[in-house]
Amino acid sequence: MKYLDRVLYIDLSKKTYWVERRDDLFDKWLGGVGVATALYKEEVPKGIDPMDPKKNVIIFAVGPLTGYYPMASKTVAVFKSPLTGNWGESHAGGRSALAIRLAGYGAIVIRGASNIPIYITITKDKVYFRDARALWGVRSTITVGRIIRENEPGTGMRSIIRIGIAGEKLIRYATAVTETYRNFGRLGLGCVMGAKKLKAIVIIGERIKLPVKNKREYREIYNEIFKMATQTPLMKKYHELGTSLNVIPLNKLGALPVRNLQKTSYKEAEYLSGEYLAKNYLGRRVACSHCPVACVHIAIWREKYEEDPYFYKTNFTAYDYEPIYSTGTLLEIKNPVGMLKIIEKLNRYGLDTISTGVILSWATEASERGLITEKETLIKLEFGNWENYLKAIDYIIEQPNDFYRALAIGLNYAVNKYGGDEFALVFAGSEMPGYHTGPAAHLGFLLGSRHSHLDMAGYSFDQKHIGEEIPPEDTIDALMREEAWRQILSSLVICFFARKIYTPEMVSKALKPLGIEMSEEELEKLGWEIYFNKYALKIREGFDIDKLKLPKRIFETPTPRGKISPEFMQKAIKYFKEGLSPYNCCFVYTPYIFASFGLISSLCLLASSLRQFKQDSISMISQRIS
Amino acid sequence: MLKVAKRLAVIDIDKCVDCQCCMYACSRKFGDGGLYKAAIHVRSVGGFERGFTVIVCRACQDPPCAAVCPTKALIPRKGGGVLLIAHKCIGCRNCVHACPIGAVFWDSELHKPLICTHCGYCVDYCPYGVIGIEEV
Repeated sequence: MKYLDRVLYIDLSKKTYWVERRDDLFDKWLGGVGVATALYKEEVPKGIDPMDPKKNVIIFAVGPLTGYYPMASKTVAVFKSPLTGNWGESHAGGRSALAIRLAGYGAIVIRGASNIPIYITITKDKVYFRDARALWGVRSTITVGRIIRENEPGTGMRSIIRIGIAGEKLIRYATAVTETYRNFGRLGLGCVMGAKKLKAIVIIGERIKLPVKNKREYREIYNEIFKMATQTPLMKKYHELGTSLNVIPLNKLGALPVRNLQKTSYKEAEYLSGEYLAKNYLGRRVACSHCPVACVHIAIWREKYEEDPYFYKTNFTAYDYEPIYSTGTLLEIKNPVGMLKIIEKLNRYGLDTISTGVILSWATEASERGLITEKETLIKLEFGNWENYLKAIDYIIEQPNDFYRALAIGLNYAVNKYGGDEFALVFAGSEMPGYHTGPAAHLGFLLGSRHSHLDMAGYSFDQKHIGEEIPPEDTIDALMREEAWRQILSSLVICFFARKIYTPEMVSKALKPLGIEMSEEELEKLGWEIYFNKYALKIREGFDIDKLKLPKRIFETPTPRGKISPEFMQKAIKYFKEGLSPYNCCFVYTPYIFASFGLISSLCLLASSLRQFKQDSISMISQRIS
Repeated sequence: MLKVAKRLAVIDIDKCVDCQCCMYACSRKFGDGGLYKAAIHVRSVGGFERGFTVIVCRACQDPPCAAVCPTKALIPRKGGGVLLIAHKCIGCRNCVHACPIGAVFWDSELHKPLICTHCGYCVDYCPYGVIGIEEV
């Protein structure tokens, strides 16, 4: 496909760049996460330290639908996570995807580390290495954006992906902020950029032609999709209130994590709801490029300067369900402006709202239980006290003592040092997303390939099956099927909000006029391959299903599907592991055996594992696919 | 019956969400994907929170782009704006510099200006009523 197979390689150590035609990758893996996974395998050697800036690599990828169809507006970033020490994957929208595609690339690989702070500007023909020494130390991602915006051309066609002080200070869950309000939020891309001394990445798209094979068919399918997005109820909720619509239903359902998940509802959640925020603070709705939905909701509130009468400033911040959960309900905040201020500060510094909220929530309960004292926390951490949480965020940045140094490394690390694992909401090293809907949600956090609620959609499965007893095996089958399909969406790359429009049938139809013929079955099969390919890499990096731990807290606090049973979870995890094992043999070990013992041994291993694969899995996978 | 002249107009810029679907529509009208033919542009006014601006030909009655064209390739259109007579255009870009709102875009394939013809195709792809067709 024109331009898509161009992979831009940038070496920050040598300040060089080159483009390679990688149709081999794009033909096989479509784009997005499929290609990024394959590139990661090529680029990142086994067992590297994610904090080693010379060895860790950042990969961005877009897909075959980007630039052609609406809602194909996401970019996939892949790197080794400094937070979990394993697979790092984070998606963001804004203008990033269209800028990459229209700059004429399908993927960008950033290797090495710079000796001085720099930012890079990527255009269709050139990469510029710009001196960012004057920008180093600028705390706010907003200021960085403002400065670069004036320096670079391409307004309306560009993406400015940057880090704030959190990335510079190598906080393991620092984000890379793009277009002021969107984040590559999870697993520490900002930290990896900070380690590479890369303050920002500017990508400038151009008005290029993306050729279509069948123009009439393309336009018809485009119209069908556009109509579904704008004239049917499918996208209405994202457009009107945005994801914050979830607050009231989850609160009513008793699935909203409150007070470090000691509770699942509270009266004042209403003040943090999409309805309340829209009525009182919503100032503007914004869209990602080429997406008519405009789910981004920006709150505006006025603040008075105490010392100066009649002097006010206007504050802006974007809000979504997930930050409302982590910086609002989980901390039992009752004042919406207090919560908005926390979100604003985290976005300004470039810190993951989910991780930070969950960490502060644990620290508050640990203080209440006396595991830590004010000697560690320096201020009194108490649920609902947003003023002190704002101060604590500054301490995470400044790290004035061992305690805050531990918090900057992540919850897993802090728990190992200070205890309290039974109420630490952390899953495989990543802090918990905002759903206590039932066992499926937590299985997704634990087993999902990137530990996001977006992996397996367990929150959705739970809500569909309230009051039903679903066996663990069936639960896992459904969750894995969902995750496999989501690999295709994130290879195209389609926003998950549009998943009800981009069904397998629609995706197959949409690819055809672009010259890619793939049946629904082929797409689904490829989804499984990408899924297992990615998981094999996780296992290569030391992900051990047998060592996974679930926080006790999730078993204590009832969900809408009742109390979660530990036996159920154990069975589900065991079944999940069995489903993966044949693939481990095929994908992970064979190349090593090949390297050590040569062709014959590896063929024997492949044959034996394929036998097992055939017996155990073909039928299982085909059942899942059907 | 006399055909009434129409023009594309920005009706309410404050409703713009910067989805840029109008830009993709304008280009897609010519068949392919991307933005190779877009004669309309949307950008922020400096930070997403401060809003957006839609840059498109406003159908001047006395268009400066036509005035500076050395080969008379741009002729004033009924209802305002211009039409391009492609074979006369030598690609000098005078028109690009003459337009004070930056609404003359460039077709790098043909090396000719891209100027909105006020066809209204983009209007159907603006879900928020930011742009519309009005009678002149």
